Amino acid sequence: MAVVNTKFIDDISASGSFNAAACMNCGVCTAVCPMGQDLLPRQLFRYAVIGVEEKILEHQETIFSCLMCRMCEQNCPAGVKITENVRTLRGYINRTVFGLSRV
Amino acid sequence: MALPTKHVLGILVDNLLKRGSVLKLSPRTTVRWAQGLDIPRGGKTVIYTGHMYQLIPAISALATKMAFFENSWITKFFGLGRFANKFINLAWFMAQTDPQETEHYNNILRNITQLLQAAKIDFGYLYEEEMYSGALVHDEGVDDAFEQHAQRVVEVFRRNGVRSVITVDPHTTNMLRSVYPKYCKNYELEVKSYLEVLAESNVEALRPLNLDVTIHDSCVYARYEDVVMEPRQLLTKAGAAIIEPENAGKLTHCCGGPIESFFPGKAQAIAAKRMEQLAATGGNIVAMCPICLVNLKHAAKSMNTDVMDISDYLVEAYCGTDLPGSPHAVHNSDQYNEVVTHG
Ligand code: SF4
Ligand code: SF4
Repeated sequence: MAVVNTKFIDDISASGSFNAAACMNCGVCTAVCPMGQDLLPRQLFRYAVIGVEEKILEHQETIFSCLMCRMCEQNCPAGVKITENVRTLRGYINRTVFGLSRV
Repeated sequence: MALPTKHVLGILVDNLLKRGSVLKLSPRTTVRWAQGLDIPRGGKTVIYTGHMYQLIPAISALATKMAFFENSWITKFFGLGRFANKFINLAWFMAQTDPQETEHYNNILRNITQLLQAAKIDFGYLYEEEMYSGALVHDEGVDDAFEQHAQRVVEVFRRNGVRSVITVDPHTTNMLRSVYPKYCKNYELEVKSYLEVLAESNVEALRPLNLDVTIHDSCVYARYEDVVMEPRQLLTKAGAAIIEPENAGKLTHCCGGPIESFFPGKAQAIAAKRMEQLAATGGNIVAMCPICLVNLKHAAKSMNTDVMDISDYLVEAYCGTDLPGSPHAVHNSDQYNEVVTHG
């Protein structure tokens, strides 16, 4: 059972740039990604949109191993800002897990 | 496998805020490349290195001399903890850097300076006042620390009356041109990469490059900053024949570098895959980013080939400088000699 955390949704959308809802799960990003990132743009973003925080925390390594190379974005038919979304998720983990909050 | 931990990221942030860089080099190390070049201090237009080329030998020394091939050196090194880091200065390790490697990367900055001088561009340099751009901390999503740092960098520009900046690498170009405006109010700096500045100038080649050149585009130049045509124009104008590898221009393949510090195994696998594509062309391979350069060079070793910085060829063509230690450049010798004698 996935637990929805509304505070998590608020936090992610506060950045104003998280646009993962536009994703139509076509799989182009995974096909062109040099890392073969399967979970990241298609599944983890979706979990973030619906507020399943535990999935994000479970896959920290995936989130931090994106190259930020934008091969996916260059080819995404829905204009999802994939790298900016990855940065938003990293920022969330930095604050809530690593305690790297305000400086 | 090493996850970036609280400590590692915390330390990068501490260093950025307290020392002005994720890995602090001594000021002497960062400005040494400019010795004897007579670049004026400050000015409306400045060359901005962002310390990227200068950082590479220090990172290599840390990664290799400390024998952290298997795991992430950064995690092991900083495994000492955030507290201990306050007493560690990277200057210690500078004594361990390979002088040849240092000379190589410093020389790239000298190439770029000579090229700009050949194009009659007027520019200064901020010397010790120049700072790292904060790119790594931005990519890792530590926005608060990044913002604070960016504002300090902008303050340096303001204090020196800088209006336009000539960058030497894609990451600093992207930060100063596209990212800083989102974090700093009233930001009006004009930012161009030296490749763009040269392509716009009417600099003429003194010696033709009778070479086949294979271009490795940087992801950041190609997909973030739309710098694709400039390196091609400059090489073609100098007489080189461009060979495009599989995955070129906007569809370039990453060198693996951005995750090198945290996931060296994965990064090296990506670099090897890219090197295979590049080597398959049979041309003289060039990169235009210090991170691409060091990662691909590493992967190239086991394939008995090498990668040059694009400026090494450009300086030969546009400034008539001999290519330092490039056994791989295969010239068409007859034509080459003819031009040299007439030159
Ligand atoms: S390419 Fe874009 S639309 Fe397609 S699955 Fe990936 S993020 Fe979604
Ligand atoms: S930016 Fe990340 S997810 Fe997209 S192609 Fe590159 S490594 Fe894959």
